[in-house]
Amino acid sequence: MNKLELMRIANEVRKGIVTAVHSAKSGHPGGSLSAADIFTYLYFEEMNVDPKNPKMKDRDRFVLSKGHVAPGLYATLAQKGFFPVEDLKTLRHVGSYLQGHPDMKHIPGIDMSSGSLGQGLSCAVGMALSAKLSNEDYRVYSLTGDGEIQEGQIWEAAMFAGSRKLDNLVVIVDNNGLQIDGAIEDVCSPYPLDKKFEAFNFHVINIDGNDFDQIEAALKEARETKGQPTAIIAKTVKGKGVSFMENEAGWHGVAPNDEEYAQAMQELEKAGEALCQ
Amino acid sequence: MSIIKDDAKKIATRESYGNALTQIGREHEDLIVLDADLAAATKTAIFKKEFPERHIDCGIAEANMMGIAAGLSTTGKVPFVSSFAMFAAGRAFEQIRNSIGYPKLNVKIGATHAGISVGEDGATHQCNEDIALMRTIPGMVVLNPSDDIEAKAAVKAAYEHDGPVYLRFGRLAVPVINDNADYTFEIGKGVVLKEGSDVTIVATGLTVSESLMAAEILEADGINAKVVNIHTIKPIDKDLIIACAKETGKIVTVEEHSVIGGLGSAVCDVLSENYPTKVMKIGINDTYGESGPALELIKKYGLDKESIAKRVREFVS
Repeated sequence: MNKLELMRIANEVRKGIVTAVHSAKSGHPGGSLSAADIFTYLYFEEMNVDPKNPKMKDRDRFVLSKGHVAPGLYATLAQKGFFPVEDLKTLRHVGSYLQGHPDMKHIPGIDMSSGSLGQGLSCAVGMALSAKLSNEDYRVYSLTGDGEIQEGQIWEAAMFAGSRKLDNLVVIVDNNGLQIDGAIEDVCSPYPLDKKFEAFNFHVINIDGNDFDQIEAALKEARETKGQPTAIIAKTVKGKGVSFMENEAGWHGVAPNDEEYAQAMQELEKAGEALCQ
Repeated sequence: MSIIKDDAKKIATRESYGNALTQIGREHEDLIVLDADLAAATKTAIFKKEFPERHIDCGIAEANMMGIAAGLSTTGKVPFVSSFAMFAAGRAFEQIRNSIGYPKLNVKIGATHAGISVGEDGATHQCNEDIALMRTIPGMVVLNPSDDIEAKAAVKAAYEHDGPVYLRFGRLAVPVINDNADYTFEIGKGVVLKEGSDVTIVATGLTVSESLMAAEILEADGINAKVVNIHTIKPIDKDLIIACAKETGKIVTVEEHSVIGGLGSAVCDVLSENYPTKVMKIGINDTYGESGPALELIKKYGLDKESIAKRVREFVS
C-alpha cells in the first residue's frame, strides 16, 4: 500500500474517531487522533491479521495499553473490516459491544481487555513470552501513552522484557506530550524517554509518529533487531487532524458538541478530498 | 472415637501446591508456573527442578506477573501465578480484577502464606483479607483447602476448570485429615466430616482440623457438633449450608481470615437471604496479626481447638 492510500485510510479512521466520540457524548479524541497513523500502519501494513478470522492462532497481537484511546483502535478495526463502520456510533452506549475501553470478550479483533493504565504492556509481554516458549513466530505490539508510563508497572514489564530479550515485542510510546492535567513534563516528567528504555535493555528508535515513512522504517528496524525488544518513541500531535483539538490537553477526554463535530468533519472531509486529487 | 489420628502426618499445603504442579505438569505441557522471587517459599521450586523452562521467575514485581499470566493465557497456556497471599490478592488486586477477572482469563493464582500462621514475619506478611478481596471479583473461584490431599485435589480441579481460580495455601504444616479411600473433591461442594445435631461448625483451611478436634472436646461435654469443611468459598455450597441450618439451628464459622468478608460473611449471605439463623463468626477480629511462632499465634487469636470449643460451648448454652 502506498503512502497516499495509508493517509486516506488514516483520514477515514479520524472521521470514525470523531463520529464515535460525538455519538457517545464522551470518550478520548485527543490521544485517538494522535495515534491514528500508528494504528493505520499497524493494521494495514505491519501486522498479520485477518478480519474474517480474528482469533487466527498465528496472528500478530496488539495490546492497547493506553486503553482510553479505544475509539482510535475501533475506528481502525472497523476500516479493516472486523466489524461495520456504522457500529462506531454505538460506542459507549448501553448494550453496545463497543465498550468505553477495549473488551476482548465482545469485540472482534481485540486481543486483550485493557484500560486501567500500566497493565496492558505486561499482558503484551506475556504474549511475547508465550511465543518464545513454544517457538512461534508471531509478533506482539503494544501502544502506551507518554503519561501512562508514569505507572510503575510499565517499568516492571519493561525490565522483564529487556531481561528476557523479547525481540518479538515492540512498544510504541504515543508521545503527544499532554496528559489530562497538562504537559507531561509539568505534571511528572517521564523524560528522557529514549534513555529510560535504553536503560531497560530496549533497542530505541525516535520517530515522528504522524509520518508513515518514519513509522514504516522504524517497524522494519524493529523486525531486524535481534536479542532485544524495541521501543519506538513516536512524537505525535495530540488531536492531530482536527485544527481546534491539536495540542490541546483539554481535548484529552471530552467529546465535541454538534457544532464542533460538524466543523471537525468538514475539516476531515476536506483533507480527504485533497488526498484524492 | 478419634477423628484425627494422633500420628497423622503433617504437611503444609504450600508443599502440596508445589508437588501437585509438578505432577500435573508432567501430563500437561501447557501448564506454566510463574513466581516472584519466592520459589523456595511457595514451593514452586519443586516444579522448577523438573521443568526449568516452564518456570518463569518474574522477579519481585507481582503486578507485572499478573499481566504476564493474563497474556500467556490468551495464547492457550495455563499459568499458575505464585506468591504470598498478601502480594497476590493484596498488592495485585486490581491487576487480578481488570487483567484476569474482567476478561475471564484462564489464570490460576496460587497464594501461599495466607493468614496469621505465617508466624514470625508478622503483620505485614499475614494476609487475613484475601478471601474477602477475591470473592468480590465476578467469576472468580476461591478455594481454601484443609490439608495435603485436598490441596492437591484443588490444584488439579483448578487446572481443569476453565476460568480464573484463587487458591489459598498455608505455610504451617497441618494434619492430613482427608486420607480416606472415598475422598472426592468437587469445586463448590462442601464436605460433612462429622454428623451432629446441636450446632454446625463450618470451617475452612487449616481451621478444619482444629474444628474437628474441637468437636471431640465438645462431645465430652455432651454437645453434639456437626462439622462441615467448606473448601470452596466461591461458589459456596448454598444447599449444604441451608440444610445444616435447618438441621442444627445454630451455625459457627471458623476461618484463619478476617471475620469481615470471608467464610463467615459468605455463610451469612446465604443464610440471611434463605433461612435466617444465628451465626457466630470465629476468625481474626478486625485486627492485624503479629510476630510469633504460628501455633502460639493460632492460640492467641482463638483459632485452636480449645478456644473454638470454648466459644461454641458458650454459644450453644
